[in-house]
Amino acid sequence: MGLDIRWPIGLMFTLIGALLTGFGAFKADYSLSLGININLIWGVLLLLFGAGMLLGAIRGKNDKP
Amino acid sequence: MEPINLLWIDYTILIAYVAFVIGIGWALSRYMKTSADFLTSARSIPTWVTGLAFISANLGALELVGMAASGAKYGIGTAHFYWLGAIPAMIFLAVFMMPFYYGSKARSVPEYLKMRFDERTRALNSVAFAVMTIFASGISMNALAKLLNQLLGWNYDVSLWVCSAVVLLYVLKGGLTSAIYTEVLQFFMIVLGFAPVVYLGLKDVGGWGAMNKSLETVALNSNAVGSDFAANAWTSAWQPLLAGPTHNPMGVDIFAMVFGLGFVLSFGYWCTNFLVVQRAMAAKDMAAARNTPLVAAVPKMFFPFLVIVPGMIAVALTAMPSKDYRVPPPVIAQENYTRAIEAVRNANPADPAAGVAAVEAALGEKVHAEKLTSLITDSSRSSLTDAQIKTGIYNSIAAYDYDGVILSLVKKYCPPGLLGLALTALLASFMSGMAGNVTAFNTVFTYDLYQAYFVKNQTDKHYFWAGKVVTVVGILLSIAAAYFASMYNNAMDIIQLVFGFVNAPLFATFLLGMFWKRTTGTGAFVGLFLGIGSSALFHALTIASGNPPGVKGGYLGVLHAFPSEMAQNFWLASFAFIICFVLTVAISLGTKSQKTDEDLKGLVYSLTPKIKPGDVPFYLQPGVVGVVLLVVCVIMNVIFW
Repeated sequence: MGLDIRWPIGLMFTLIGALLTGFGAFKADYSLSLGININLIWGVLLLLFGAGMLLGAIRGKNDKP
Repeated sequence: MEPINLLWIDYTILIAYVAFVIGIGWALSRYMKTSADFLTSARSIPTWVTGLAFISANLGALELVGMAASGAKYGIGTAHFYWLGAIPAMIFLAVFMMPFYYGSKARSVPEYLKMRFDERTRALNSVAFAVMTIFASGISMNALAKLLNQLLGWNYDVSLWVCSAVVLLYVLKGGLTSAIYTEVLQFFMIVLGFAPVVYLGLKDVGGWGAMNKSLETVALNSNAVGSDFAANAWTSAWQPLLAGPTHNPMGVDIFAMVFGLGFVLSFGYWCTNFLVVQRAMAAKDMAAARNTPLVAAVPKMFFPFLVIVPGMIAVALTAMPSKDYRVPPPVIAQENYTRAIEAVRNANPADPAAGVAAVEAALGEKVHAEKLTSLITDSSRSSLTDAQIKTGIYNSIAAYDYDGVILSLVKKYCPPGLLGLALTALLASFMSGMAGNVTAFNTVFTYDLYQAYFVKNQTDKHYFWAGKVVTVVGILLSIAAAYFASMYNNAMDIIQLVFGFVNAPLFATFLLGMFWKRTTGTGAFVGLFLGIGSSALFHALTIASGNPPGVKGGYLGVLHAFPSEMAQNFWLASFAFIICFVLTVAISLGTKSQKTDEDLKGLVYSLTPKIKPGDVPFYLQPGVVGVVLLVVCVIMNVIFW
């Protein structure tokens, strides 16, 4: 129905991933998460996931008439 | 629990999510032209989307909060709700039942019942279903508002109304399609939001092996009344079950588990509950409809690691003194803590029993006498701050609030940023549950009650409009149900109970209706009616040990006491199923069918031409995929035997 759901999913996770990655690059205190900079790691992962969804959406666009 | 403060980053993530779900509703609203677009998605959605929505609609409060709570209470045995109580039924739905739901062109499960039997069964089913969805949705929203209140200090009423308003906004704009699309978004949000919490928890506890070791000490030191646990009571799924109800924390015997949960409750839920079946019915063609539950079965199989393991981690951590963590106690008002702190300060170390009694009176909760006595001694020797005493009291409270497990872990491990993500995931799970219920409710109410009995033969425009009104009414009723549910503690038990009453006999009706053409309308109706009645009677005459008669069963006297509520529920379901099955067969044999073989074509197995596989390669045919999934499921059971 009209809208390819991969667009909003891709856009949202790219946005949230970028936010987390950016925040993780600056914030220093990670004592809660056992000293792991989880924001940076997880942010990058979300970015990749979001980008993958967007890629799928772009490809899907060309498939349809 | 102290409320925690969110930073701008957390709010930004939360707001981004809300903006996207509302945006999806807005983007879809221009496609909503008929009642079918709004209520059934006009059968237009691709498989992977309906598949993930299928699983996400079920991913409400029950899953995240309830399953983590059960993981803590019962350990890996909780996975029976997945590997025994979901996967086989989902495969059965895909392979055997979907052809009738989808092929009959019914718009809802009750409408199928009308086609197969008559109006009576449909009316009974649609009324029961409508009531049930409203309650399920209300329970879910109550849990959400309570969590937001406890965790963030947000006002209960505001949380409830604002979250409901968001759901209303996107469902009203984009109808079922909107609910399904946002459910897919929510699915990824939930998985990606909670996975890091599980990862950090497992890392903290020292890995899988260390967690199991700690859980073994939990099992051996358990002092649950009448129980006799082996070391593997929390870490093996089948062995404690086979050893009998006193040897597993669920207090369930093998028959109740396999027949009650694995067959009756599971098939009753996954194969006849319109909430999930509706997602498959929205698929774009028959193949997509049949593949929907199969796509859903893949993530479902691995969900225990996301939703049950956190509870196991929490219990394992509680048993490790070095970790400074406990399963949270019940939420207690600050003024009670203040009075309890006062009681600790005033207590005489020479008479600790009086001090313990005073603190218990102030808190309204039982405490561990030893822990509190040492706190009183410490407090008399050196001057402790209020905060130190409060922590001491908090740690000595005996009762566990298992529903608080998942949030306490989020709070423990999530720095700002990840915290926003995890909270958003939590919010997403509640919203997907509510939207799922509301979209199922509005379809059943509009087509099966309003159009069928109240206002017949109107234009489609009228029913499109009615569907929207029903959506608003459904949300308002859910809010009312949420306030009702706020008076009860264990949401999961209530849901199980309602499923037991309504769904357990229902599967007998469907099974006979779909696979035995001799089943008559009268047989189905009377069988189902008395089946539901018999479950109510069963509940009125039995009790779970530990519960006072008259509250959770035993209203009319106690004929039998079960070792646990779960056992009572599973037996109730088994009993109701058997009554419904036997009565439906007996009455069908004694009555004449009103339907000819021609009428039943496409509705009954033996009268429906087999679906031709077409050009689908054999390894993608539902039957083959189903067998593969079943094999994987068996392997999971063996691994955690």
